[in-house]
Amino acid sequence: MAAPFGEVEVADEPPLPTGVPLATVQGRSPWYLAGLRLRRNKVSLGFGVLFIAIVLLCLAAPLWADHVAHTTPDANHITDTIDVGGQQVDIVSPDGTPIGPGLRGQYLLGADQNGRDVMVRLLYGGRTSLFIGVVSAAITTIVAVVVGLLCGYYRGWIDAILSRVMDVVWAFPVLLLGIALGTALAVGGLSLGFTTIAGDSVWIPILIIGLVYVPYMARPIRGEILALREKEFVEAAVAQGKGSLRIMITELLPNVVSTIIVFFTLNIANDMLLESALSFLGAGVRPPSASWGTMIADGYQTIYTAPHLTIIPGLMIVLTVLSLNVFGDGLRDALDPRAKIRLEH
Amino acid sequence: MFRFVARRLTGMIAVLFAISVIVFLIFNVIPNSNPAIRIAGKNANPELIARVSSDLGLDQPIWVQYLTLMKKIFTGTLTSYASAQNVTDQIWRGLPATLSLTIGAAVLWMVLAVVFGYLSAIHSGKFTDRALTILSLVGISMPVFWLAAILLYFLTFKVQLFPTSSYVPLTTDPLRWASHLILPWLTLAVLYVGFYSRVLRSNMLDVMNEDYVRTARAKGLPERQVRIRHVLRNSMIPIVTLFGLDFGAVVGGGAILTETVFNINGVGLYAGRAIGSLDLPPLVGVTMFGAFFIVFFNTVVDILYAFLDPRIRLGEAAPA
Repeated sequence: MAAPFGEVEVADEPPLPTGVPLATVQGRSPWYLAGLRLRRNKVSLGFGVLFIAIVLLCLAAPLWADHVAHTTPDANHITDTIDVGGQQVDIVSPDGTPIGPGLRGQYLLGADQNGRDVMVRLLYGGRTSLFIGVVSAAITTIVAVVVGLLCGYYRGWIDAILSRVMDVVWAFPVLLLGIALGTALAVGGLSLGFTTIAGDSVWIPILIIGLVYVPYMARPIRGEILALREKEFVEAAVAQGKGSLRIMITELLPNVVSTIIVFFTLNIANDMLLESALSFLGAGVRPPSASWGTMIADGYQTIYTAPHLTIIPGLMIVLTVLSLNVFGDGLRDALDPRAKIRLEH
Repeated sequence: MFRFVARRLTGMIAVLFAISVIVFLIFNVIPNSNPAIRIAGKNANPELIARVSSDLGLDQPIWVQYLTLMKKIFTGTLTSYASAQNVTDQIWRGLPATLSLTIGAAVLWMVLAVVFGYLSAIHSGKFTDRALTILSLVGISMPVFWLAAILLYFLTFKVQLFPTSSYVPLTTDPLRWASHLILPWLTLAVLYVGFYSRVLRSNMLDVMNEDYVRTARAKGLPERQVRIRHVLRNSMIPIVTLFGLDFGAVVGGGAILTETVFNINGVGLYAGRAIGSLDLPPLVGVTMFGAFFIVFFNTVVDILYAFLDPRIRLGEAAPA
């Protein structure tokens, strides 16, 4: 039962003052300010959205394969034909030239030499490429943060040893080190004692790419930690009796989070480029798994008769990496307008 | 000064030693299979495998294998598993092509990067700057081998503007040498133009706020002179450091993709072919060569810096 009189009483209460500033001042955290700056950077946000769109598209690969293209990424259709404008056309013509792109559900982006649907392969290949990029960037980030924290916090012999190791890795050309490891591991896989990774596993390029870039990220983080550990708040934490591990995690780590976020984003971009290069040279993702790099490597064999096989996966790499680079740039400007975080090649 | 050079050289030797151990481990310990089994072929009996193993020294203890490898590298007798060719000879044979490619590309990328970075900085925030920024971001986002393939397709096949690739030695015909290398130079330069022009732009914007730039303006120097003699010159220092490192890296393996796509018979293409056949000795040779080149170049840059900037040789700080 509603009480009409009660409601009237409530409505009669004087309303809260509006337009008059309240005594409290709204706190504006660094994260809030960074969000404001990022929101103002429309170009960078646009590219961030583009990246998410590409990821979603690739995640939807099975939907496209089942409901639109009616095939799988590895299914060959060399002898099949397709109805184009009322005519039956060979998917792969007798001289070996595959059908090109066209506005239709099946073979939207044409076929390859084996009559495989390029659109379907592109989406599944994108999953592999993105997966490798994100996971290896995560590996780089985790290892680099641990190494950077240990070196920067403990200094002394821990720093000396780890820094020398990084110097040596640094002295290798990234691509050559990746090739060397990729080839050596492809021969017989990697046995880690508790488990064995097969030579054609996608985890081999992931591990290689993830580890090769560690020094490039660990060095700047080490530098930041070295400077931070001299600050008063660390001294205060020591005085409170906090242990080393807690100081590293609760005091130092939060102060390098913005560096980590920016590096992580740009790392995905670099990792995807390195994956494509390794796969192109045959030291990365192994067939029959598709990645954008292996698709270019396959397509390049017939670039003069079927250029779409080279151009399309390459464009996808450029779009994805560009979107990450522009978004990462915007993130850096937003999180620390004066920072000079740079990923070296 | 002498002590500084001596210390850097000792450091270089230590790093090279560490690298040689790592290369050895990568190629001789990590592979989870016996190369002798692959070389002996599919239907090999155990005796044949054992003979191949002992021919290759694979039945020796690991440190003997390492010493044997080093001895082979230093005496230039490392040979390929697949073709029995001498690896050192092949690397020497590839060097002129690789140097032609990398030196030309380096000149191109430095010139373009300085021009773009300079224009970007003096027009900062305006249309020129935005356009150049986008261009350079596209440049660093492109897979090198893809750019090479696309250029080949459109500029030598669709429009026959350039000769189809392959390397013509400078001593054979300088004109054809250059015309065959224009596209590879461009391809290799794009990434670095994008990267360096952005670094130069941000350096110049920092330097523009320095007091000595205001002083230069205040004493009545024309704007052009202020920009070139004061701002640009002082912004170039980090670029020169980067250049030292990157040039070493490009010669020591960075050109492998460009060489593969353009079919330039250099050190990179040699390594690229070895990957296909899982032929390890050429990769050992090229990786050692590349790492040596990088370490050597870094040391040279460090020593040059010490000559130019006394703070480094006194303070022992690495140039940033």
